[in-house]
Amino acid sequence: MTIQLSHFSSAILFAMFASVVFGITQRTTPREMIRYGLYCFAMFTGGVLVAGWAMWLIRR
Amino acid sequence: MANSTTAKTKPSEPLVEPTPMTLMTVAAPAIAWLIPGAGHLIQKRWIRGGLLMASIVAMFLLGLTMQGRVYKPNGGDILDMLGFVGNLGGGGLYILTRTLDWGHGAIAHATADYGTKFLIVAGLLNFIAVADAYHIAIGKKP
Repeated sequence: MTIQLSHFSSAILFAMFASVVFGITQRTTPREMIRYGLYCFAMFTGGVLVAGWAMWLIRR
Repeated sequence: MANSTTAKTKPSEPLVEPTPMTLMTVAAPAIAWLIPGAGHLIQKRWIRGGLLMASIVAMFLLGLTMQGRVYKPNGGDILDMLGFVGNLGGGGLYILTRTLDWGHGAIAHATADYGTKFLIVAGLLNFIAVADAYHIAIGKKP
């Protein structure tokens, strides 16, 4: 069985799984874990979008 | 002359006490490496363990289904060696994959390389989960 994901969906899945692990392991209380997990997810996703637009600008 | 006795006093001892070795401090990291998330589960951190297991196992399986490459022990290129170290973090998943001879990474499409990265990062995330399970076992983290 094989799966073909797009670049964006791969990056979103990567961000989601990594954020869950970062949130749980890097903070102590459940509230902080959720906040940090969401922060990491936003940073991962934002980084992808910024890098994507930067490459689009460079290509122009 | 100033008080000479103060100059001879020993520097204060560090306040950190050595952690007593118990069965849990050894078993939790070992089981956490072998089965991602299980180090938390055996310490009754059910939700954390379940989420870690779901995330790491899903990432590893996605890497395999995306035709990612599983590195074998090698002494060649430095990136290949680091790839093996990352894959090794998967523990039981890596052993199972090698046993079943999966992960040859026949790259047939452009995003297949993401699969290789998913496999490596799943192993690296499991290393972090192992360290976290150890910290819980020694009482450093609730």
